[in-house]
Amino acid sequence: MNKLELGKPNQDVVAETILKLAHLEADLIVVTGDSRGSAKMTEFGKVFPEKLIEVGIAEQNLVGVAAGLASAGKKVFAFSPACFLTARALEQIKNDVAYSDQPVRLIGISAGVSYGALGSTHHSIHDLAVLQAIHNIDIVVPADNFETEQAILSIVEYNRPIYLRFGKRPVYHVHQSNVSFNIGKAIPIYEGSDITFLAIGEAVAPAVFACNLIREQGLSCGVVSYHTLRPFDVQTLLDTATASKALITVEEHSIFGGLGSTVASILLEAGIARLFKRVGIPDEYMITGSQAEIFSHYGITPQGLAQTALSLLENHLHSFMSISPPLGKKVEPDSPSH
Amino acid sequence: MKISSLNISPQLIRELELKSVHYRKTILSMIKHANSGHTGGSLSCVDILNVLYNCVLTVNPLNPTDPNRDRYIHSKGHSVEALYVVLADLGFLPIDELHTFEKYGSRLIGHPTRKVPGIEQNTGALGHGLSTAVGMALAAKKNKQNYRVFTLLGDGELTEGSVWEACMSASHYQLDNLIVIVDRNGFQITGPTEEVMGLEPLEEKFKSFGFNVRSVNGNHIPDLLQTLKQLPFEAGKPSLILALTVKGKGVSFMENNASWHHRVPNDQEFNQAIAELEQIEHQLMEIASQ
Repeated sequence: MNKLELGKPNQDVVAETILKLAHLEADLIVVTGDSRGSAKMTEFGKVFPEKLIEVGIAEQNLVGVAAGLASAGKKVFAFSPACFLTARALEQIKNDVAYSDQPVRLIGISAGVSYGALGSTHHSIHDLAVLQAIHNIDIVVPADNFETEQAILSIVEYNRPIYLRFGKRPVYHVHQSNVSFNIGKAIPIYEGSDITFLAIGEAVAPAVFACNLIREQGLSCGVVSYHTLRPFDVQTLLDTATASKALITVEEHSIFGGLGSTVASILLEAGIARLFKRVGIPDEYMITGSQAEIFSHYGITPQGLAQTALSLLENHLHSFMSISPPLGKKVEPDSPSH
Repeated sequence: MKISSLNISPQLIRELELKSVHYRKTILSMIKHANSGHTGGSLSCVDILNVLYNCVLTVNPLNPTDPNRDRYIHSKGHSVEALYVVLADLGFLPIDELHTFEKYGSRLIGHPTRKVPGIEQNTGALGHGLSTAVGMALAAKKNKQNYRVFTLLGDGELTEGSVWEACMSASHYQLDNLIVIVDRNGFQITGPTEEVMGLEPLEEKFKSFGFNVRSVNGNHIPDLLQTLKQLPFEAGKPSLILALTVKGKGVSFMENNASWHHRVPNDQEFNQAIAELEQIEHQLMEIASQ
């Protein structure tokens, strides 16, 4: 396995890709809520002032205006920090976009815990859960620059409501060349028979690093990038679960209502039982710090994930074969990643 | 029919007034049949919808998605009965379908839905319509299209903060192709609007938000025609019509009574209401025949 290289922030890739597209797409329009700077869309506003609509700090109006523009055939990208977009304007997303079937591209910037030190007001660890409970909106969370660029290119012609969220820090390239990206189709990065990480968004890179560490222990480990939460790629999950003894979901989101609980529900309904662990943000008053520090606190790091994986396998062996943990280290089964 | 070239004759006014009575009877029948509905607000706004759809809006039931059509957003979504009745009268949906209002599986649900031809946006949660209308009006400007966007807001709805977010953007972008009509009947479900949460001075509020504001008797057909004929009120500014109406208009015991917000008449009340409306109808027909 090659060492991963650090790329740009996905936010930059979004801005660059939309700027390029705007030269070709007459109907492309961007709506911002005093967020063009954070969204890296300042340059876009200078090049295409007539294609940028500013609504001020008014997320509800931002989404309603976006729905109206979309109804008249504009290809709308509505930008706002994910925390505000999917909470303050949730009713507009539910009614004006999803229920009214207006094909708005809702772009949640600085998502997850990107604004780590700013506290819970600025975190979006609820967005995937609330949007999964709303009919008629697709959900994409790209892992790296490649997935981000491909996602933007894919949704220009999208005729359904869609939500795309990403962070503001540089991210690792998690894919080799010759990978194809399709919305609704998860991308297996590595295959493994002992344990597989199913990860989404910026949690994919630490899972890939963890995979390397686990393989060094002589175990077979895989990683799947689940960039699309809806429509969910059920087949890849079933194939992965068939091939792997243990599964760990990893997400920059609450462990409730995001990737982890979706995977668990599908597997249980399919009658598939596997060793399983959700890694993400638990139900607690959240720690603050940088995104990296928060990831570390909740075990979304190469070492944290590797330890969670080994503990999962180890406790299984201990329980079912009545032998001592082979790594000689007692790990609390319920909270190995905290 | 373009209102700018419309001859507002006494005959036209009588025809529209008769239509309003007919619409009111149909609204009450729908609500009675469904045993559910928003009675007071539908009766207060139906004259506005009557004039809009019959004399003002450029819409075509045979081509309801014409890109150049005028747009109408029913932001006060709970008075959908009035909208369904007027759309059915224009031929956007079969008249007989009105009997399915709020029935299991019917597309005529209790709030506007795009499943019904002629309805632009799903509404019902208050404070949403104006933002969508702003987006549609902005798109017309960007696309260099001449269509206009109308939206009807309830006065109770005006306490939603999102309405004022949308107002700011309407004047910021100088949307003179946007016409906001407020059904100012003075009541909401709890009681008089000024007791629930004071709205006045409304005219000044909208003026200060950048609208050109006109007040009109929203249940008076000639007033509505004269006012709507003057659109847009001012180049570079959104228009706002403060339509002073009576909640429950046309039925004596429903007028200005908040309890009729979504009350359904019993048999006796229904018969009395229809009798009162038929009396008005007879009077209008007598005037017309003179």
